[in-house]
Amino acid sequence: MLSLSWYLTFAAALFALGMYAVLARKNAVAILMGVELMLNAVIVNLVAFWRYGNPMDIAGQAFAVIVFAVAAAEAAVGLALIISIYRQRDTVMAEKIDLMKW
Amino acid sequence: MPEMNIGDFLVYLYDLLGWLLGVIGLHSSAVSLLQKLVAGFVLANFAMLTPIFTIWLERKVAARFQDRLGPNRVGPFGLFQSFADIVKLVIKEDITPVGADKVIFNIGPVLAVMSVVGIWAVIPFASTMVGTDINVGILYSVAVGAIGTLAIMMGGWASNNKYALLGAFRTVSQLVSYEVPMIVALLVPTLLAGSMRMNDIVAEQQVWFIVAAPLAMMVFLVSSIAEVGRAPFDLLEAESEIVAGFHVEYTGMKFGVWMLAEFVHAFTISALAAVVFLGGWRGPLVDQYPLLGAIYFLTKTYVVYMVLLWIRVTLPRVRIDHMNALNWKFLVPLSLAVLVVTALVGKAVPADVSAGGRALVLFLSNVALAVVSISLLAGFSRKLQAVEQVSIDSSGAGG
Amino acid sequence: MNATPIIFLVVAALTLVAAFLVVTVRNLIHAALWLVATLFGVAVIFVLLDAGFMATVQLVLYIGAIAILIVFAVMLTRRVMQDVGPQRNSNWWLGAIVAAVFFVAISSLLWRTGWPALPGGDVGDTVLALGRSLVNPDQYVIPFEVASVLLIIALIGSIAVALPGKQSE
Repeated sequence: MLSLSWYLTFAAALFALGMYAVLARKNAVAILMGVELMLNAVIVNLVAFWRYGNPMDIAGQAFAVIVFAVAAAEAAVGLALIISIYRQRDTVMAEKIDLMKW
Repeated sequence: MPEMNIGDFLVYLYDLLGWLLGVIGLHSSAVSLLQKLVAGFVLANFAMLTPIFTIWLERKVAARFQDRLGPNRVGPFGLFQSFADIVKLVIKEDITPVGADKVIFNIGPVLAVMSVVGIWAVIPFASTMVGTDINVGILYSVAVGAIGTLAIMMGGWASNNKYALLGAFRTVSQLVSYEVPMIVALLVPTLLAGSMRMNDIVAEQQVWFIVAAPLAMMVFLVSSIAEVGRAPFDLLEAESEIVAGFHVEYTGMKFGVWMLAEFVHAFTISALAAVVFLGGWRGPLVDQYPLLGAIYFLTKTYVVYMVLLWIRVTLPRVRIDHMNALNWKFLVPLSLAVLVVTALVGKAVPADVSAGGRALVLFLSNVALAVVSISLLAGFSRKLQAVEQVSIDSSGAGG
Repeated sequence: MNATPIIFLVVAALTLVAAFLVVTVRNLIHAALWLVATLFGVAVIFVLLDAGFMATVQLVLYIGAIAILIVFAVMLTRRVMQDVGPQRNSNWWLGAIVAAVFFVAISSLLWRTGWPALPGGDVGDTVLALGRSLVNPDQYVIPFEVASVLLIIALIGSIAVALPGKQSE
């Protein structure tokens, strides 16, 4: 039988890949994809803990639903910002968006 | 052994297959896997082969509407016209545009068909004949349908043609917009049945939900016609105005697969409407002979399909701004209002009222809502006409 | 003996390969499509965890909405995205090291912790319980309402941000 560690390791690997995308990608949309991967890894964790904890207590799934809503809001606002920045500055490369950089 | 009636004949075949596989020494999990694969194969082929008939039906009926004869050369009543069309599509040259993203270009149409055929997995033909009766059936049908949008995006982008890409943008904006009222309209029967399981929804319809939620059915039908992209919402690929939409670069059978997806989709939404609003397999004597349920279900599906055809040949194509306005200014608010009214009225009716009485109250509330929204629309259109009149007058004076 | 571990290993491996491609391929459209594959794999994992509702929500929300939004955004900002030059910044190796260290640290901790075994028995229909808990004043009605307010704010905010303003002409 699969132990909980398998699911958590899977989620950790997904999270690490997302983290790499956020740290290393130049393109703002690609960074956002990394964030989505990380949020998805979190949801996998929540659902796995719910399943292996007490399945009668629905808290894990309720949390996951809230995280889904947050992910949707984050994607909408993030992509709107990216499109707005693209209109203003004609680039979506995170390095070039440095007006506030010291 | 319980008396085997004809209704469970397919179930019997299914069990027989399982028994045969067990006899030749397969492990039980492998047997059930194979059983499911065979059932899925049969179901998917049923869905994919239906267009051979519905295309003929569509052309014939549309011709009658327009005082023509329709296909009548190939076979009796032109019944084999679809086969001739298939042969034509297959022997056409298959062109992949230069610079196209070959893999995505080829996956696009396949994904489109998959997304539609996947819906058939949860559609109950009869109480015992359902692919898999998961507890989130309605949500699943919406979820699988959403993959079709992605397929269109892929096809349009991979063609390496800016017109195809623009067509894909237009299509996706229509599909994503109309998903909103469609999902909200599907929430109404979910609310009435208290379950998202398809069989529960059918079982709950002692009175068909078209009585309790006529407005929801209307919103569902209109938005699903837009989802399929057929007339009057076929401005995405309007043959007489623009060449084609996202599939402008597709030729031969690949184009045929896009068309297949569209025809299966039209049939699928008819089936969904029949299950969710018209009582699915319910009908007289269905308790004794479950197979009758499949006949009732298919009859209802074809009735809905005929209504779609009727709409298609009657209404002119809508303009793109009208298409967006209809969705965001009419269907979305209306569907939300229907949902809220159904929830409130459903709670307000005492629990000991019979199903018929409850449906009647809901029907009356729907009628009231319809009257209110029609009077609002009339006021709005009067205002619009006044504005147009003023602009005509002023432009006439200026010129 | 059941097939869950085999399915899990295959699906998890495919999902991680897809996720690796998301963060490494140059062509951003391909990255977005690999993201779809990854999200689909995660949906299968949810099914393995007896959370069918989560799996369908994953399909509706992530593939039906977020992935399409991302593909849209990639295409709308396409002019500067002809995939020229490296798609990663000069400190990418630092990011890779951080991510790798994070993964190794977390997973080594994971395998040392004693987790509860899988509770026996059937989970049953959790959709009803989930729905009830989201509107139950003693449980999660306030987070639920806050989430809906958040979604409305995100809706209005993203329209306001992405709408072409007058001064941008």
